[in-house]
Amino acid sequence: MNTARKIRVLVAKPGLDGHDRGAKVVARALRDAGMEVVYTGLHQTPEQVVEAAIQEDVDMVGLSILSGAHLTIFPRICELLKENGAEDIMVMGGGIIPDDDMQELLANGHAQALFTPGTVTADIINWIHEAMKDRLS
Amino acid sequence: MYDKVIEGVLNKDRRMVARAISLIENNDNGRTKILSEIYPHTGNAYVIGITGAPGAGKSSLVDCLLSTLRQQGLSVGVIAVDPTSPFTGGAILGDRIRMQEHALDKEVFIRSMGTRGSLGGLSRATKEAVQVLDAAGKDVIIIETVGVGQSEVDIIKYADTTIVVLTPAGGDSVQTIKAGIMEIADIFIVNKSDLPGADRTASEISMMLDLGGSLREWRPSIVRTITLDGSGITDMHKAIFEHRDFLENSGHLQKVRKERIRRDIIDLIEYRIKSTVWEQISGSEEFDLLTNQIMSRETDPYTAAAQILTGINLDKCKV
Amino acid sequence: MSHDDMDKIRQGKKEWEECSSNVKERPNKFMTVSSVPIKALYTPEDTEGISFQDDLNFPGYYPYTRGVQPNMYRGRLWTMRQFAGFATAKESNERYKYLLSQGQTGLSVAFDMPTIMGYDSDHPRSFGEVGRVGVAIDSLDDMETLFSDIPLDRITTSMTINAPAAVLWCLYIATAEKQGISSHKLGGTIQNDILKEYIAQKSWIFPPEPSLRLITDIFAFSSQHVPKWNTVSISGYHIREAGSTAVQELAFTLADGFAYVEAGIKAGLDVDSFAPRLSFFFNAHIDFFEEIAKYRAARRIWAKRMKEKYGAKDERSLLLRFHTQTAGCSLTAQQPENNIVRTAYEALGAVLGGTQSLHTNSMDEVMALPTEKAVRIALRTQQIIAEETGVANTIDPLAGSYFVEALTNQMEQETEKYFERIDHFGGVLAAIDEGFFQQEIADAAYRYQREIEKKERIIVGVNDYVTQEKPPVDLLKIDPQIEEEQKQRVRSVREKRDNIVCTNRLEALRKAAGTTENLIPLILDAVKVYATEGEIIQVLREVFGEYKEKPIF
Repeated sequence: MNTARKIRVLVAKPGLDGHDRGAKVVARALRDAGMEVVYTGLHQTPEQVVEAAIQEDVDMVGLSILSGAHLTIFPRICELLKENGAEDIMVMGGGIIPDDDMQELLANGHAQALFTPGTVTADIINWIHEAMKDRLS
Repeated sequence: MYDKVIEGVLNKDRRMVARAISLIENNDNGRTKILSEIYPHTGNAYVIGITGAPGAGKSSLVDCLLSTLRQQGLSVGVIAVDPTSPFTGGAILGDRIRMQEHALDKEVFIRSMGTRGSLGGLSRATKEAVQVLDAAGKDVIIIETVGVGQSEVDIIKYADTTIVVLTPAGGDSVQTIKAGIMEIADIFIVNKSDLPGADRTASEISMMLDLGGSLREWRPSIVRTITLDGSGITDMHKAIFEHRDFLENSGHLQKVRKERIRRDIIDLIEYRIKSTVWEQISGSEEFDLLTNQIMSRETDPYTAAAQILTGINLDKCKV
Repeated sequence: MSHDDMDKIRQGKKEWEECSSNVKERPNKFMTVSSVPIKALYTPEDTEGISFQDDLNFPGYYPYTRGVQPNMYRGRLWTMRQFAGFATAKESNERYKYLLSQGQTGLSVAFDMPTIMGYDSDHPRSFGEVGRVGVAIDSLDDMETLFSDIPLDRITTSMTINAPAAVLWCLYIATAEKQGISSHKLGGTIQNDILKEYIAQKSWIFPPEPSLRLITDIFAFSSQHVPKWNTVSISGYHIREAGSTAVQELAFTLADGFAYVEAGIKAGLDVDSFAPRLSFFFNAHIDFFEEIAKYRAARRIWAKRMKEKYGAKDERSLLLRFHTQTAGCSLTAQQPENNIVRTAYEALGAVLGGTQSLHTNSMDEVMALPTEKAVRIALRTQQIIAEETGVANTIDPLAGSYFVEALTNQMEQETEKYFERIDHFGGVLAAIDEGFFQQEIADAAYRYQREIEKKERIIVGVNDYVTQEKPPVDLLKIDPQIEEEQKQRVRSVREKRDNIVCTNRLEALRKAAGTTENLIPLILDAVKVYATEGEIIQVLREVFGEYKEKPIF
């Protein structure tokens, strides 16, 4: 029986925008890289995302935001993770995020990695493997 | 660390419940410790299995059922199983999408699991995840199967009530549905009952039950549902509790659960012996040699098996 | 062409093939952006069987392959319609007045996500999203501000709104009334295309059945009271942006269009009473010829089916008129100036394909809402095409090209194949329920991404010709304070209005929603007394329920 440890990632679309092309392409790519991807669907509140992340015991949460609400949603999710004693769950994201805002989110620790349009999925996978190195060993 | 997890499970700490399931699923060293220490606290939850072909609407039915069970004040755990890709080992677990409205309800715990190479069957990990949720005080636990392969039949090994979901779609007659699956149902759901052919599907099930004779004391109920507008959901809920009452009043529940424990013990013994044997023979020169000798017909598998067994140390599986 | 001529051509082609096969080709895959393989050469062989009369004909004549008007751009250029809207009604109003002063000829309103999803700005779900991707509209108060000093009888307005389209449309009608303009004089478009929301863009609220009912209510009301309004803009744009191929965009969009026609007929309307008000909205992607073939095939397929299958008699019912937007998904965050070039080629394709109106994307839209400068360059791109390139001098200049005609035919045939598959499911709604479109699009999107990652497809600046560069800093920022201001505004509207009348009208709407009564007059009554969008949608949500998506990857 193959029950080796698998990387579990929650792919979520918080907020109201429904553009899920990127989220789904990433979900498929992560699956093809051998990960278990939990998908919560569209129009999720930060509370729903965090609760799902906890129940699913994921290693990281990937947020896709194209509605410009990134500066409110990322901090909110980190805050909720902390409140629930789950700050060890890593947060990454992608979408339409201006560079200034990206730097701000990364500097404040509201995201560990952010990927903009044009990113190849191999880069995301490599980043996850790198970030997971310590946990898997 | 395991003590903290165990304590957390018993205290209904969601984070620790989730962690316990992961440790079990990953076959972590602490698996046996966790399971045996929570065991005294299990046996209180009522387990419902939902099976049926992909696309039959299982997740939507679970979502509806969550609502009615919660209205009744029961706390509910859900284990939703999706297939793991045999090629990459990865999986997309998307059953939650339909249930996210319940995500913030602290009395609901939803966990998605991949089959992880357990040949499409309900993995042992699923059964053990049920125990974790049981120990964490869930009144009802719903298992949603993959809907293909052996899992459909396996479900009765874990579920007190097994629900088989069918749809009238595609004009498939009940006759063509795989033998075996029809026998496991305690309740039949004809979902998407607004589609043409729903009447026929329901009456075919009924006819088939008549043909099956009265071997079972419980005649499975047939419920028609439309998850889009919620019709038939109360009937489904009622049917589940009728079946539960039947099991309890007839003494079947005790019988079934006792049988389940016996099988669990045998399974565990089997599993431990198997892995002990495998540990000792895999990669051994003797094993390779005998395999070659069988190939060239110098010896036969029966003699070889007997010979290998004489050299196996079974003491190792006793600890 | 005579048999002798064709034989000569076949002979010649053989010789050419032998000759050209000695020369090595580049190792590339020769395929369109939709992964359709393209031959090295097209000849009269590829257009054999095409009849000028039946398949092409003159512009303005059935089957309208060459254009819907007899004189096309020699009569009037396409409408240059830049999609805009951000922050509050006041800010957007200023942007509109700027655009009109720069020679833009029609307005196109972008709403923010809370408005699109039917939530007021002070709803918890709206947190962080107010005024971000478009303008926040909560009540008639905001709509009046949005169009203040813009006479609504002298411009046409396109509103990109779907699930709550009926409410926003009523707000527009009520605003005009306040300006003293009769609804009979109003011209414009509401997108109002809910089917593509389930298929691709996913900004749905209600389940399909009640959503279609709202749409047919709009059809009926419009034919009586707002006769110049385009009641649906059947949209392939979002299907394409979600990752579909060109053929999928064409086939799924037209299938949606026919589904609306069937819904109208089923609701008891005469096809010619509403079909002339249906319009389309396509994507202009980067593959030049494939796109031009798509627009030409679209006109032909629509005309033929409307006439032959749905028995439309009015010529206007047969005309596929469409708006085009260049492909947002073709833009890159890397080397954003390159996006100006991409957009120019895409816009050129749309013009050569005979579009009725056009939006050109701004180079910075892949990072944020566009700055004023970026918008101006985008608009100038259209003006250069119109005034300098000379392509608007003659009609459908690519007709007769072996390649373009062959590709147009191929588009039509592939589309017909999709129609058969959709019919097999039992129509568009059934196919949505089975996740057919969603799966086709997800597969195409994933294939496209794989092609880029394997470098079978080169995107300049992304997987080749990469440079290290500093990201642009000059981006439009939305002040977070705007959300607070807008929340205050909607609260004060609720305080100032006559709440008894308002509640009564909302209750009247609730009652009617459970019947088959046309809901538009009731929504109009409600918006006039300043019931908010969120309140109206909530009433309908309680009666109609909410849609839930299918898990498809």
